[in-house]
Amino acid sequence: MIAEAGLGALWLGAALCALQLVAAILAVRGDAQLTTIVRPVAVAQAALTALAFGLLIWLFVRVDLSVALVFENDHSEKPFLYRFAATWGNHEGSMLMWVAILGVAGAAVALFERKLEERTLLATLGGQAVIGLGFYAFLLFASNPFARIYPAPPEGRGLNPLLQDPGLAFHPPTLYIGYVGLSVAFSFAIGALVTRDVGPAFARAMRPWVLGAWIFLTLGITAGSYWAYYELGWGGWWFWDPVENASLMPWLAATALLHSVTVLATRDGLRAWTLMLAVIAFSMSMVGTFLVRSGILTSVHAFAVDPRRGTFLLALLFVYIGGALALFGARVGTVREGARFDPLSREAGLVANNLLLSAILGIVLVGTLYPLIVEAATDTKLSVGPPYFNAAAGPLALILVAVLAAGPLLRWRRDHMLPLLKRVAPAAVVALVVLVAVKLAAPSIHILSLLGLALAGGLALASVAPLWQRNLRRTPLFIWGMVVAHLGVAVSLAGMACDSSFTVEKLVAARVGETVAVGPYSITFDAVEPTFGENWQALQATLLARRGEGNVLKLSPQARSYWAPPTETSETAIHTALDGQLYTVLGKEGTDGRWQLRLWWKPFVTLIWAGGALIAIGGTLALIGRLWRARRRPRELWL
Amino acid sequence: MTGYKKWAPLIAFILLGSALTYGLAKPDTTNIRSKMIGASVPSFTLPPATAGLPGLSSSELATGKPHLLNIFASWCVPCVAEAPQLKAIADAGVPVVGIAVRDRPEALARFLARNGNPFRAIGADDASQVQMAMGSSGVPESFVIDGKGRIVSQVIGPINPQDVAELVAAVKAAR
Repeated sequence: MIAEAGLGALWLGAALCALQLVAAILAVRGDAQLTTIVRPVAVAQAALTALAFGLLIWLFVRVDLSVALVFENDHSEKPFLYRFAATWGNHEGSMLMWVAILGVAGAAVALFERKLEERTLLATLGGQAVIGLGFYAFLLFASNPFARIYPAPPEGRGLNPLLQDPGLAFHPPTLYIGYVGLSVAFSFAIGALVTRDVGPAFARAMRPWVLGAWIFLTLGITAGSYWAYYELGWGGWWFWDPVENASLMPWLAATALLHSVTVLATRDGLRAWTLMLAVIAFSMSMVGTFLVRSGILTSVHAFAVDPRRGTFLLALLFVYIGGALALFGARVGTVREGARFDPLSREAGLVANNLLLSAILGIVLVGTLYPLIVEAATDTKLSVGPPYFNAAAGPLALILVAVLAAGPLLRWRRDHMLPLLKRVAPAAVVALVVLVAVKLAAPSIHILSLLGLALAGGLALASVAPLWQRNLRRTPLFIWGMVVAHLGVAVSLAGMACDSSFTVEKLVAARVGETVAVGPYSITFDAVEPTFGENWQALQATLLARRGEGNVLKLSPQARSYWAPPTETSETAIHTALDGQLYTVLGKEGTDGRWQLRLWWKPFVTLIWAGGALIAIGGTLALIGRLWRARRRPRELWL
Repeated sequence: MTGYKKWAPLIAFILLGSALTYGLAKPDTTNIRSKMIGASVPSFTLPPATAGLPGLSSSELATGKPHLLNIFASWCVPCVAEAPQLKAIADAGVPVVGIAVRDRPEALARFLARNGNPFRAIGADDASQVQMAMGSSGVPESFVIDGKGRIVSQVIGPINPQDVAELVAAVKAAR
């Protein structure tokens, strides 16, 4: 019954979604009676999809094997956490999570959005319903998560062992909230284009939603990067894989949007551009979902990827993105030109930020799709790897950091060169000192890493400069948010530069008893012993690491073999020190009794994720600050 | 923003969408030489995948006769396109055996009834274990196995009509 109830809730939700759309269209056209039902319908629709998703989780937790999806992805002897997370460790379940988040985001707009002009809000909820309908259809016609099998098999097939990691419980939901949260910005843009209501009030209404989605995207990407780093055992933290790029592209667009919406809110500038970015940000989420779900870039051929699903998603892309861009083309001419500003001003700095972020987005998009385009033109296969992305996006990212350092020190509307130079001078001096010091200490350092370290130093100072001569207690929370987030960029950049230029990597063939020096550590290969877990067996090395005269640390990397399905994985052993990480991987046994050991000393690598966390914390502070300020202005809020 | 410029984003998207449509429409046929070539088939014993046909074990592949081993599934669309070619290969006297990945007996029976049955035996690989151990990552894939149970070659993706004669010769040559 639970599965039927879930399917019923989904159909009802779809029906309410259609009602929401029709009512919103009529209400925007002036039907006063229907304006009152749009919001309640949006909330009811969200409750139904959330119910359907909750029921699917329940089916997974109690391992109801009469449901095909549960049978294919669940197992009664798995721990609770993995039975729970297996709900979205598959196509149908993750698409249901997508739709549930979409519904809840729409309901949140219906419940909490009070700043937006009523007609624009109704059009926004209509936009949300249009997106919802397409994805309901996708679920109900091409990816039904509640399909039954008869007779029910005695046991489920279990979850891919590589996914049996706490990361699965956290990483996909966070990213999805970020992806789908951007749908709100998309619907806001649609609403504003329909009613031609674009201005500071609209921007102030949209900003918290963008910030919220952006925080979750930042967290999801940061967590995903660390997961890949420790789980894959390759010592890297970003691989420019299409799936990674699929999450980076919406983030780049959302970051640009976050800054352009501020120009619109503060100075009533960049109207058309802000709408464009709102459309692009969610479009990138959908393109990313399509790339991952259709398998056109990652898989060699059909592997549990139904071509019908890819076609369906592609059709949705054409309707939504094409429709939004057509609406943009038709209506943007009637959106009044925003306020003008001087080429040297905070606005101009933010425009530079937007152009650079968009250029990087373009580079990543082209690099991700390039293999496809080349194949279409010349029928040859190739792959674009880190050399392209680093060489093309790296320099732009560094220019962006330089703009970022100067941006918050610029005045709104109009600034002058000489006072600006005075404000920027301390940071420039720091950057120069770091540049010279690093070059002297490490003459052979790569130019990008050298500039990265110098700019990180300069940015670290420049990012806290807006607090200079301010009463710290009376500084608004969103200023603190900006400072912390920008500082996070400096911290992360320093981590990336240190990791790429100062990492010591040793690949050795060692006998038991031998000692190897890696960076500041000397590592003794003490033993190799077999060990086992619930569904794997492994060879586990014991490595004793010692730094100078310090304590002896024990690290135990494993080479694991799972038997269902037979998969070999490397379980890394990592020791985190204040100034970096010791990263160890056990490889194969040679023919002569030696073992392959891969040992890395990665100075300050943890700064990469610490910086990511700071960026998310900064976003959170800004969000709380904005909401707090809005609460203190009740007239504006409860208009 | 005026004139043609405001339509530029839409045009850019249509170009992007066309590239994606192309990518979706064109089946991928990258061939990367597998490390399993030359190695023996990993040892396995699979139960029958559907009523009326025996299951498959690795020992049956090392009885002195070469085989064509086809990894497929009833839910896989390219496998339907491949079915006539497999039938032609079987009709040319090549023993064809199958491994059905993550399949259900009734679905498989329907698949064979509709598309013809070239298989002498089909093993049920319900959790893709044997598939992965063979170095195969998707369906369909086919392996030429020699008389000693060693993998001679691997075909990734569906077998095309123009490849049938070559494949029949390859199996017959693999003593």
